[in-house]
Amino acid sequence: MKALVFERQLARFAASRLAADLAGSGHGVGVGPLELLEVEPPALPGEDWVRLEPRLAGICGSDLATLDGRSSRYFEHIVSFPFVPGHEVVADVKGGLREGERVVVEPVLSCAARGFDPPCDPCGRGERGRCERIAFGALSAGLQIGYCADTGGGWSAGLVAHESQLLTVSGEMSDEAAVMIEPAACAIHAALVSERAPSAKVLVLGAGTLGLLTIAALRAHVSPAVLVVVAKYPEQRRWADRLGADYVVGPGETLRAARRLTSSLALPADGREIARVTGGVDVVFDCVGSADSLESSLSVVRPGGEIVLVGMPGPVKIDLAPLWQREVVLRGAYAYGTEQTPAGPRRTFELAAELVASRDLGELVSAAYPLERYEEAIAHAAAAGRRGAVKVVFDLRRRAGRQLGGKKENR
Amino acid sequence: MSPRPGVVLEVDRSTPPTLFWYGEGFRLEKLPVGSRVIYPPEPVAALADPEGAIRHALENPLGDSAPLSSLLTPGMKLTIAFDDVSLPLPPMRAPDIRQRVIEAVLEMAAQKGVDDVELVAALALHRRMTDEELRHALGERVFNAFAPYGLLRQHDAEDPSNLVHLGLTEEGEDVELNKRAAESDLLVYVNINLVAMDGGHKSVATGLSSYKSLRHHHNVRTMQHSRSFMDMHRSELHSSNWRMGKVIAEAGVKVFQIETTLNTDTFPQQFRFLQRREWEWNLADRSAFLASSKALEKTPPEIARKIFHSIRAPHALASVQAGEVGPVHVRTLEHVHRQQLVTVEGQTDILTMGLPFISPYNVNSIMNPILVACLGLGYFFNLYRGRPLVREGGVVIMSHPTPWAFNPVHHPSYIDFFEQVLADTTDLFEIESKYEHAFATDPWYIHLYRTGNAYHGVHPFYMWYWCAHALNHLSRVIVVGGDRAAVRRLGFSPASTLSDALEMAEDVVGRDPSITHIHTPPLLLADVQ
Repeated sequence: MKALVFERQLARFAASRLAADLAGSGHGVGVGPLELLEVEPPALPGEDWVRLEPRLAGICGSDLATLDGRSSRYFEHIVSFPFVPGHEVVADVKGGLREGERVVVEPVLSCAARGFDPPCDPCGRGERGRCERIAFGALSAGLQIGYCADTGGGWSAGLVAHESQLLTVSGEMSDEAAVMIEPAACAIHAALVSERAPSAKVLVLGAGTLGLLTIAALRAHVSPAVLVVVAKYPEQRRWADRLGADYVVGPGETLRAARRLTSSLALPADGREIARVTGGVDVVFDCVGSADSLESSLSVVRPGGEIVLVGMPGPVKIDLAPLWQREVVLRGAYAYGTEQTPAGPRRTFELAAELVASRDLGELVSAAYPLERYEEAIAHAAAAGRRGAVKVVFDLRRRAGRQLGGKKENR
Repeated sequence: MSPRPGVVLEVDRSTPPTLFWYGEGFRLEKLPVGSRVIYPPEPVAALADPEGAIRHALENPLGDSAPLSSLLTPGMKLTIAFDDVSLPLPPMRAPDIRQRVIEAVLEMAAQKGVDDVELVAALALHRRMTDEELRHALGERVFNAFAPYGLLRQHDAEDPSNLVHLGLTEEGEDVELNKRAAESDLLVYVNINLVAMDGGHKSVATGLSSYKSLRHHHNVRTMQHSRSFMDMHRSELHSSNWRMGKVIAEAGVKVFQIETTLNTDTFPQQFRFLQRREWEWNLADRSAFLASSKALEKTPPEIARKIFHSIRAPHALASVQAGEVGPVHVRTLEHVHRQQLVTVEGQTDILTMGLPFISPYNVNSIMNPILVACLGLGYFFNLYRGRPLVREGGVVIMSHPTPWAFNPVHHPSYIDFFEQVLADTTDLFEIESKYEHAFATDPWYIHLYRTGNAYHGVHPFYMWYWCAHALNHLSRVIVVGGDRAAVRRLGFSPASTLSDALEMAEDVVGRDPSITHIHTPPLLLADVQ
């Protein structure tokens, strides 16, 4: 079968990083370690595993960071090579009792998938994203499908997944909507991870897929008092507004907007260009994860406030003096699992499916490409905001000869 | 030879192109045949002996006021308030008329043994003047005699300890005033009456008041009912100030008003062509125009701004009158009208205007988009008496580069107003109800107003309200040569050329419209019959 395979090839890795540095994100694919190959389908690791044929598979920011060679070396021991990327997947089950069922994959490879019984403490609480055994057990190391040598990934004609990782997609939901469930789950988890966000002044920094979904999640589950969004491009601004931002501002307006909305003072005190506000918003959801975005977050969060890191960061160099002096809480928000809701504990993926359906988030899928055009697809995804797009996906449906379930045509 | 009056020229085939101001530059535009161009009167003669005229005015007051010398007694508390940096435009050559008048008053006070004297810049909610600006307005001698001892102050409308509430008008309007001024035995106000809107009770009731007072007349309703600001008898803005003036007088505040008018000798020698009628340009004028235009084409905007803001106008004193506020202002208006009034027959479908580099609120600063709107629709549109120059449902076309640029020191709240408020709505009442209070009470803006050189947080709202009458009256506003995004943010239409703009205007007012160009500055006031 066809698959985009990411090999551990240091020279190609360096070349892709150089190309991305020189020409921008997504431009290192041609020289990097990703190749379209004919491969054997992955073997089923155990009885509770099923084969899947992807319909759509998203291209995520973390995928782009990997392809650009910008990922942190932190991940070295929790991924295994070669792997097939693609962890945002809507697929059909092939074989077994669930044959033909349309499912989305919850890609975290936690204790259940790895055969640990009893599970680790976080998994025992349903917090799969915090699993302590992602490099152990019945599978090679790999924090998620899409980073594990044994499972395959969504950027291919076939992968395997554990029963515990599947969520059935209702018949009314389009493939485009279904493929948004995984990133929506990330956003919901991020929105709910902050105890300060309810009734607070909240700023969402970045309005790519994750930023926009975080806005939707905050509106649906948290009810902040004021929700201001920093969006760079017109299409992002339009979406941010539609999804419930109270104010949408440009990156150059962030400091002034935060100051204004919190009636804060600012520094320097003589009114020249503002360097930082002395008060600030209660919570920043940093949906970018860069040094610039973290610095920006630190400059607009109030003393005692919180920064939730939603976008995947890499190695960054920032001045933590404001974090220390202003007693700011910096916390990560990775993946999903189980959320505490007023109605009791709920699986994040179920909440995400509801959110995607209620807000028509399938419309965020802007373009779909066949695997053969992966260089184009990745370049498009890397420049999504600038090109007026949000989510770019691979469309595997034509390959398998199945009926088109989506609304979007290839661009 | 007496100066020639203003004139309305009808453009024919032989009419040379008309000069349009374009920020820190100019454009020569060919107006369609049949268009009208309103030219201001030539500058009236300067008073031959300004010092003598000032002394005469102080000792021969109008109304029920006694001569100034008889109001000055040893041991009294005397406050001299004066108009701030927003006047005159451009700033005048030294000596500034405020210096001349204040020196005369101080000399008289010294002769009468008055020791307790303070000077107050009547800022209202304008920015504080810099020391350099104060030195220019008052002269070195006055500045050095008062500033080092804390006796030269700038009115602080956000200092509760230096404000006093004098009561309510019959309409329930708060009258809150500078405490030092209100508690002085005599308040002398030194005014520069550049346009008919200035002066009268507005000097004290606005210049020395607070937001609590100002909000009663600086609001959308009042602005929409001021038709125009330049005609005090049809201006709700003035009615409110006059009511406040009455409360101030009834509270026992004794005001000795000194009003001055300047002639419209606006530009120095190298820019003389700017105040000449194009068909009368001589070789020197044409050469100066060409040289200036060519040089400006290659000059970065910041440098051009510096060059233009360094202009010192050769304005000369045309009149000075003193005494009781009401009668003084009546006389002042006669002088303003003598200098500026031009009779215009009937309204026009399209009014064109070239906006210069300066307005009252960007002296030594950037003309940001909100100030462009205010200069065009708040000031130039309102340069009429009787009926507006442009008919209801008509179009205004103005030329200005309208850069998306702000001075963060002078106009911090303007940036937020532009980024947040106008991005949300341009509707006057919605803006007023939804945003004004937050901006007016924002502690950061208050801090910058009180300690820096920033306009008050609410000031951009006033600039927008200033456009209220025009925005209600017009069908469309078109900006020629402006930054397209900035123009659109204002709710106006951008056009690349005047002919494009005229074509766009025809979509609204119909084919073969009447077109009138208001050729200012120098300033004029159209008396529309």
